[in-house]
Amino acid sequence: MKDLSQAKNFDEFMEGIWRQNPVFVMVLGMCPALAVTVSAVNALAMGFATTFVLVCSCLLVSLMRKLVPKEVRIATYIVIIATFVTVVDYVIQAVSLELYEALGAFIQLIVVNCIILGRAEAHASKHPPATAMLNALGMGIGFTIGLFALGGVREILGAGKLFGVSLFGANFQPWVVMVLPPGGFFVLGAWLLLFAAIRRKKGIPPAESKGCHVA
Amino acid sequence: MNVANPMPSATPAASLVRTLGLVSALCGVIIVGAYQGTYEAAAANRRIALERTVFKIIPAAKSMTEWQATARGIRPAGGEAAEGAIKFYAAYAEDGSLAGIAVEGAAKGYADVVRILYGYSPDCQCINGIGVVATKETPGIGDKIITDKAFLANFKALDVKLDQALAKLANEVKVVKHGSKTDAWQIDAISGATVTSRAVGKAINDSAQALLPILLPEIEKLRKKES
Repeated sequence: MKDLSQAKNFDEFMEGIWRQNPVFVMVLGMCPALAVTVSAVNALAMGFATTFVLVCSCLLVSLMRKLVPKEVRIATYIVIIATFVTVVDYVIQAVSLELYEALGAFIQLIVVNCIILGRAEAHASKHPPATAMLNALGMGIGFTIGLFALGGVREILGAGKLFGVSLFGANFQPWVVMVLPPGGFFVLGAWLLLFAAIRRKKGIPPAESKGCHVA
Repeated sequence: MNVANPMPSATPAASLVRTLGLVSALCGVIIVGAYQGTYEAAAANRRIALERTVFKIIPAAKSMTEWQATARGIRPAGGEAAEGAIKFYAAYAEDGSLAGIAVEGAAKGYADVVRILYGYSPDCQCINGIGVVATKETPGIGDKIITDKAFLANFKALDVKLDQALAKLANEVKVVKHGSKTDAWQIDAISGATVTSRAVGKAINDSAQALLPILLPEIEKLRKKES
């Protein structure tokens, strides 16, 4: 019995990392995924910020799931999400001003990140706190991995660096388009292609997005 | 007729208001807590970032004080900032003598406003250093203003002398096409990043035109660090 619940917990956790990865499978939250992933550090910071908001709001939504009448649930979720986004905004300013400048408006825009409201509505509002947090943590880590996959590749190709460390020496001519907006689409496309190929090889049917069916 | 009501009973308004009120109050507490908890660290970060930029532009500097200039003259910043006041920073060497003055400038670049900080030396009446405070210019192109050595060489001794009447710059700071700089008050643009180069030039020119005629007559006030 215990094994069963552990397996189920693991399943909840892994859902966001692999089977329903927000970036590569559900293709959600594309706005930050394309905009801030010009470097590995930015990608990780954005991923952690989103994870924090995701876990905290899912916990609170789950705790309040029996108190909130369904007529006002969306308003409640939005207020909760906006609260934690504001908290993250202040915390990043206190941690590193450079990072804050680099991420710019995209920190505030976490509030409209589809993954978070989608998780609150589709999962946290129907599950007890522990399960909801586990699932949210998995989703957050999955999102972070996705952003890192984009940011790492774009920084290597577009600037010849990873985490600011030069990789190819002085003679490397950076492939600048990779850190410009089109590069985001190129790299995302390449990753999606790779994941589609893997799925096909394994015989898994194409996934259907079910993160944002809010209604 | 004893038919069950097909419509579920509506949630009472009081319950909706109570829930929303409760959630808002809780969220308000969390936000205020986060604001209070991070305020000092964030303010310290901003101060450190500013000091780091000033000290980079003026290498001899060990400490700095903030001043503001208005039409009536200059005075140490503090309390209410006067309307239209220009902020600048007096940087002092270890022995308390004036090492240089750092001034902020801003102008519209290619993507957004480019905000810079430049070092002004009253002895040579020239600009002898520049640092970028904030830029959203295209990576690899416009952000060369931070790294391009040939461009930064423009700011080793950029001439910003005032005219005879000390009312304006004797020669406007001008950005010229790459490779055609002839005078000490000209800035040689980065080839391929002309718009951003021009923004830097305009930021310096606008700010110097406004500040230096007020600052220079009163420069003696800044010579020694106030203790």
